[in-house]
Amino acid sequence: MDWLNAIVQGVLLGGLYALFASGLSLIFGVMRLVNIAHGDLIVLAAYLALSTTLILGVHPFTAILVVIPLMALIGYVLQRGVLNHTLGDDILPPLLVTFGLSVFLQNALLEGYTADPQKLNVGSLETASVSVGELSIGLLPLSTFVVAIVVIVFLQWIFYHTALGRQFRAVSDNADIAQLMGLSKGHIFGLALALSLVVCGIAGILLGARTSFDPAVGSGRLIFAFEAVIIGGLGNLWGTLIGGIVLGVAQTIGGKINPGWQLLAGHVVFLLILAIRPRGFFPRVEH
Amino acid sequence: MSKVLLQTDSLNAFYGDFQALYDVDMSVCEGETIAIIGANGAGKSTLLRSIAGLIKTEPESVRFDGTAIGNWRADKIAKQGIALIPEGRQLFPSLSVEENLKLGSTVGRTGHWQLDTVYQLFPVLKERRTQPSTSLSGGQQQMVAIGRALMSNPEVLLFDEISLGLAPVIINTIYEQLPNIISQGATAIIIEQDVGRAMAAASRVYCLIEGRVKLEGSTHELTREQITEAYFGVAA
Ligand SMILES: Nc1ncnc2c1ncn2[C@@H]1O[C@H](COP(=O)(O)OP(=O)(O)OP(=O)(O)O)[C@@H](O)[C@H]1O
Ligand SMILES: [Mg+2]
Repeated sequence: MDWLNAIVQGVLLGGLYALFASGLSLIFGVMRLVNIAHGDLIVLAAYLALSTTLILGVHPFTAILVVIPLMALIGYVLQRGVLNHTLGDDILPPLLVTFGLSVFLQNALLEGYTADPQKLNVGSLETASVSVGELSIGLLPLSTFVVAIVVIVFLQWIFYHTALGRQFRAVSDNADIAQLMGLSKGHIFGLALALSLVVCGIAGILLGARTSFDPAVGSGRLIFAFEAVIIGGLGNLWGTLIGGIVLGVAQTIGGKINPGWQLLAGHVVFLLILAIRPRGFFPRVEH
Repeated sequence: MSKVLLQTDSLNAFYGDFQALYDVDMSVCEGETIAIIGANGAGKSTLLRSIAGLIKTEPESVRFDGTAIGNWRADKIAKQGIALIPEGRQLFPSLSVEENLKLGSTVGRTGHWQLDTVYQLFPVLKERRTQPSTSLSGGQQQMVAIGRALMSNPEVLLFDEISLGLAPVIINTIYEQLPNIISQGATAIIIEQDVGRAMAAASRVYCLIEGRVKLEGSTHELTREQITEAYFGVAA
C-alpha cells in the first residue's frame, strides 16, 4: 500500500512538473528559445500572488486574476523589448541574456522579499484529502494534476485549432515565409512568451500553495522542467506530461527508499532515459 | 500606357558583403505581366526577395504606388498588397493544406480570393484540404503555394519559378490557370526558366546577367537571337 501511495503521489507531483515544463516547451517550439529564467519567472509569479493576497486580502486562487494578466504583460514586453533582439542564427545570445535575467530576478526578489521562505495560504485545501480505498489523496495535489491536464488541453487547442496556433506553427516552421503572409515575427514571439508566462503564473501559484518558496528556488524548478520536457520528447505537450509523471514517480519512490534520495532518484532516472532514448519518449516527428 | 505600379530604381542588393544586384531599374504597370529571365545565379530570386522585403535595400530603390518601400519589413509589404510565391514553394510543413491557405489570409486584405474561390481554381486541393501540405505531389504543393498567396488578395503577384521541378503536364495545367489567377485585376512578375513560356505569358521581359539588367523589351519586339545573346552573354 505504501508503494502504491508513493506512486500515486508521484503521478500527482508530475502534474506540477508538467506545468513547469509546458511553458518552457512552448517557447522552445515556437522560437527555439531556451529560457534559463523560466524557473525564476515561476517564482516571480508566486511572489506576485503573495503580494496580491496581502494587498487585496484575497485567496491565492483569486489572485490568479491579477497574476495572469501581469505575467502575460511581462512576457510580451520582455520578448519584444529584449529577447527578440537576441534571436538569430547564434543560439548563445538568448542563453546568456536569459541567464542574466535569471540572476537579476533572483536578486530583485531577494531585495524585495528577503530570503525568508514564504508560502501561499490556501486554508483548509492544504490538508483536505479524499480517500480511495485505503489510499488518501491530497486535494491540492489532485487539483494541481487536474489543472495541468486542463492547461495542456487548452494549449493543444490553441496550437491546433485557432488562428493564433496556426501562426505559432507557421513562424516556427519558417519565420521568413510567415512574414510574407503578413505575420510580424516579433509580435507572434511576444504572444508566445506571454502565453508561456501565463502558464508560469498558474504553476507559480500552485507551487506556492504546495511548498514554501524563496528567491533561490527557481533554478531547481527549471531543472525539473527541463527534465520533464526531455523525458517526454521535445515538441509534444502530452509527452511533457508523461515526462513530468516519470520524474515525479521517480522522486517519490526514491524518497520512499531513502528520504535523502528523492531528488537524486529523479536525476538518475532522467539520465538513464537520456542514455536509452536521447530524444525522449515521444519526440515530435520531423516532417 | 497605364500608370507604373511597382518599380525599382538603381536597386542594389547584398547578402552580407556579396553584392547580388547592381543598379537594377525595372518597372511594372498596373495590370501588366512581365517576365524576368536569366541564367542560374543571375539574381532573379534576389530581385523578387528585395521587392517582397525579405532583403532590406535603400528605401528609395523600391517604390510601390509611389511609396518608397525598400526598407520596409516583409509583413508590412504583404499588407500593402505584394505577394511572393517563393522558389521551391516553401509550404509550412506543420500545417495542413487548408491551414496553409488560411494563413495567407492573415494579411487581412479582402477581395475575390477566399477558400471557396481558391478551391474552385484548384478543385484537387479541396479533396486534400486536411492533409499535411508536404504529403502532396509537387504540382499540388505549387497550387497550395499559389492559393496561399492569392488568399491575401494581392495587387502584385511575384512568381518565382512556379514550374521548377514539375512534370510538363502539371506545368501546363498551372499555366492554363494563370490568366484566371492574374485576371482578378492583379499585376504580375514571373520568373521562368523556359524562355518560350515566359515570352508567351508576359508582355515585357527583363533579362538579368550577373546581377545587372542586360536586356529589356516588349515580347513582340525582341527576337530569339537577342534573348539568346543576352541570356548567355555571348554575341550570336
Ligand atoms: N542566401 C544567400 N547568401 C549568399 N549568397 C546568396 C544567397 N542567395 C543567393 N545568393 C547568391 O546571389 C546570387 C543571385 O542568386 P539568386 O538566387 O537571386 O539567383 P537566381 O537568378 O534566382 O538563380 P536560380 O535560377 O538558380 O534560382 C547568386 O550568386 C547566389 O549564389
Ligand atoms: Mg532563383
